[in-house]
Amino acid sequence: MHILVVGGGMGGTILANNLARRLSGELEQGSSKITMLSASDKHMYQPGLLYVAVGKMSTSELYRDQKSLLESSIDFHVDPVEKFDLDNNSVTTKSGKKISYDILCIATGSRGHAEGIPGLAENSCQFYTEADAVAMYKKLSKFEGGKVVVATGVPHKCPMSPLEITFFLIDYFKKRGIWDKVDLHYTYPIGRVHSLAPVAEWAAPEFDKEGVTYETLFNMKEVVPGKVISEEDSSAEFDLLVTVPPHKGMQVIEDNELGKGGFIPTDKKKLNMEGRDNVFVLGDTTNLPISKAGSTAHFEAEALGENIAAIVQMGEPVRDYDGKVFCFIEAGDGKATYAMFDYNNPPNPQAPTSGLHWFKTAYNRMYWASARGII
Amino acid sequence: MSDRILVDAKNTFCPGPLMELISNMKMAEVGDELELLSTDEGSAADIPEWVNKVGHEIVDSFTEEEVLHIVVKKIK
Repeated sequence: MHILVVGGGMGGTILANNLARRLSGELEQGSSKITMLSASDKHMYQPGLLYVAVGKMSTSELYRDQKSLLESSIDFHVDPVEKFDLDNNSVTTKSGKKISYDILCIATGSRGHAEGIPGLAENSCQFYTEADAVAMYKKLSKFEGGKVVVATGVPHKCPMSPLEITFFLIDYFKKRGIWDKVDLHYTYPIGRVHSLAPVAEWAAPEFDKEGVTYETLFNMKEVVPGKVISEEDSSAEFDLLVTVPPHKGMQVIEDNELGKGGFIPTDKKKLNMEGRDNVFVLGDTTNLPISKAGSTAHFEAEALGENIAAIVQMGEPVRDYDGKVFCFIEAGDGKATYAMFDYNNPPNPQAPTSGLHWFKTAYNRMYWASARGII
Repeated sequence: MSDRILVDAKNTFCPGPLMELISNMKMAEVGDELELLSTDEGSAADIPEWVNKVGHEIVDSFTEEEVLHIVVKKIK
C-alpha cells in the first residue's frame, strides 16, 4: 500500500510520522510505503511569525530541516505536485515525475491573499510570511506615533491572531514609550470583537481599559493611501495599517479544480475529500467551517493517522475526527489564555495568566517535538 | 437562478456561521444564493444585520429540526 502525503507543513509532517510509527512493521517488510512531497526542504514554525513582527523572536528560530523532523522510513522529496489525476490515482510533480498512490493525503495549506482586496498589499503591513513579518518589524521600528488600524480579512489563518497582534502592538508601543502618541483602532468582520463570544466578552473590556477603539461588522473592500474602506460603507483613516489578510488555499489546488478558493470539500468527520474514498485532506486545505490553525491540523493528523493505519491493516477506519481545536491566546502584558472546543462542546476560556504565557513561550520551542510526533 | 450554495456551519464555534457566510459570499458570483445552516443562537439576529448592512438579500429563513436555515442572495 503506497501512502502519498502532499505537503510538509504541520499537518503533513505529524501525519506522516504518525503513520510511520503505526505501520513500522509493514514499512520494514516492504508491504507499505510512505512518500512525502513538499515544496521546501525547510519546515517553518508559522505561529512564530507573529512574534517576529514585533521583535519577540528571530527569524532563525522559525526553521528546521524538514528531513530532520521525519521518521527515517519516510521517503521525502522536495518536488511539489503540479497535477493531480485523482481518477487514475497519480500525481505529476514539478520535476515531471509521475507518482502513483493507493492513498493520497493532501496537506498543502493556505496563503495570505492581500491582493484580493484592492490596495491592501501596497498600503499595509502583515506577518504571514518571513519577508512580511520582517518588513512589518522594520516599519514598526520607524513608527513614532499616529493612527494605527488593525483590519482583518476573511477567511484567515489563526483566528486568534487579530487579537494577539493588537495586544502585542500595545506592549510594543508601551515598551518604546510612544503609547501615548498612538491611537489604536481595531476592526473585525462580524458583530463582536472575536468569533468566539466568550473571547469577545473578555477582549472588549480589555480594549476599553487600554483606550483601544473598535468597530465591528467591518469587512475591507478597498484600501487607498491613509484610508481603509469597508463593504459596510464605513471607513477608517490610518498612518499605519496592520492587516490579517484574507487567505486562499494553494494555487495548485485551484489550478487542478479541486476546490473553490483552493479549499477542498472535505467530510467533517472522516476527512476524506467529498466523493473520494482514498483521498484525505487536512489542515488549512479543507473547506471545513473550523479554525484554520496548527492545532486543527495536529488533531486531524492524529485522527487520520489512526484511520489510515487501520485501513491498511484492517480495511476500515476506526474513528471520527471530533472537530477538536486548541488555540493559545496571547493577551499581552506577559499573559495568555486558551480556547479549546470541538463540534459538540463550546469553548470556555479562562482569565489570562502569566503561567499560560510562559507555557506558550515554551511550546514555541516544544513545537519541533510535536511535529516529530513525540508530544 | 444561479446555483444555491450550501454552507453547513452547524455545531461550529470558530470562525462561526457569520464568518463562514462572509467567506463563502466572497467566493460566490452576483446572483448566487447561499443557504446557511446554523445552530448558533445568535445567527437569527446577526446574519440579517450583516446582510442588510452590506446590501445583500434574505430570500428565506426557517428553522427545521432545531437548525436555522437562512437563504441569502448575493446582490453586488
